[in-house]
Amino acid sequence: MLRVRVIPCLDVANGRVVKGTRFVDLTDEGDPPELAERYAEEGADEIVFLDIDAAPDGRSTLLEVVERTARRAFVPLTVGGGVRTVTEMRDVLRAGADKVSFNTAAVRDPDLVRRCARRFGSQAVVVAIDARRRGGPGDAAAGWEVVVKGGREATGIDALTWAELAVAAGAGELLVTSIDRDGTGAGYDTPLLRAVSDRVHVPVIASGGASGPDDFVAAVRDGGASAVLAASIFHRRRYSIGDVKAVMAAAGIPVRIPAGAPA
Amino acid sequence: MTRIAVVDYGAGNLVSIEQALSAAGAEVVLARGPASFEGADALVVPGVGAAGPAMARLRRRALEAPILAWISDDRPFLGICLGLQLLFEGSDEDGAVTLGALPGRTVRIADAPRLPHIGWNQVERRRAHPLFDGIAADADFYFVHSYAAVPGPGAEGLILAETAHGGRFASAIARGSLVGVQFHPERSGRDGLRLLANFVGLAAAGSPAESAATGGSRVPARAR
Repeated sequence: MLRVRVIPCLDVANGRVVKGTRFVDLTDEGDPPELAERYAEEGADEIVFLDIDAAPDGRSTLLEVVERTARRAFVPLTVGGGVRTVTEMRDVLRAGADKVSFNTAAVRDPDLVRRCARRFGSQAVVVAIDARRRGGPGDAAAGWEVVVKGGREATGIDALTWAELAVAAGAGELLVTSIDRDGTGAGYDTPLLRAVSDRVHVPVIASGGASGPDDFVAAVRDGGASAVLAASIFHRRRYSIGDVKAVMAAAGIPVRIPAGAPA
Repeated sequence: MTRIAVVDYGAGNLVSIEQALSAAGAEVVLARGPASFEGADALVVPGVGAAGPAMARLRRRALEAPILAWISDDRPFLGICLGLQLLFEGSDEDGAVTLGALPGRTVRIADAPRLPHIGWNQVERRRAHPLFDGIAADADFYFVHSYAAVPGPGAEGLILAETAHGGRFASAIARGSLVGVQFHPERSGRDGLRLLANFVGLAAAGSPAESAATGGSRVPARAR
């Protein structure tokens, strides 16, 4: 049976892992390959690098980081942030990434998704959707709007409509982040996840709001997510990957417990 | 040192596979043309994506005939993901005509709850094979695909292992010195590294992993 994936997300700027709140107050947290390897040893099912730098001159640094990571951590690697063309995607894959995640660039140019899927296959194309509740954080009934630029810019596009369009264009996976919940620790927006996963047939990765293992369980059981992503709860070592998986397994969710992984 | 030619035809990342084979003690050559097969003990065809463009690139680089010759000589061969699917006659994904070294076709996974099939899943072995030496029977491997090869009538004996995602599909095949896996050992942590090390060991031995009765023609291992 296919396991539900637990995915740590690493924010990368200038070749280093950073953490901060909403792209401010960034602090240096270490070498990306080293952290990726540690998470892989702990049982991470995949690693996501989010290039929050994404400046044109930062690309070569990122590619070098991707390659060093691919040589150390033998788990799948997804890279997001700043990829805008087929050629840029090719370079990231060639450096050792398995998948590339598109966010703002895909909203601006949905045909980019189609071109990349045709060249590299849908399995390599992830569309990241940042969604915000239209009726305010407490109201799921009014639906969700797509926001871009890290949540700073509203688009007016309905998130569920965009999810369907992105899959039709060739996205093999959707990474769905609740901007209302991101950084709050209030738990994943499970109605959002459920609405998206009922609309599309591709895997949905839950993101934004995790504060503990029970949130991961809810994302899967109530939200229908195929994979669950989190950043700060792992970085701050509040919970290990193993802690989260143990709670998920106890709740009856199929997870991978690799032999020899620390609990 | 065991020399392994990894076929580089622009279908996916080769960094991890190169690193994993090197870690297993092999000398890795990236083969962009048939000349690189010279002196190799084993051939690895990796790859992700669609069959049609991949076959076009193999043909453009004049690699199709040398790969088929390698397989018909029953020399050590590993196909990974698309590299496994291409061994069969054709793919429903885009109607591509593929290598045809093995009878059967690549079809969309039936009754899947979601596609692509992305993530870690169990590989249920039908029989013992040295490729899986030292790997627990319930070990998980990483998959990322929507299509899978179905051996043709009478060729079901190729199937070494199966995996369930809705329907069941062949996740590993073997015949003589040829093996193929639908999952990505280079992305499957320690168990994946062990599987690749096992393949390097088979390549070093240079002889078919199974009795020649199950495979095609057998030729003596090259003197090294």
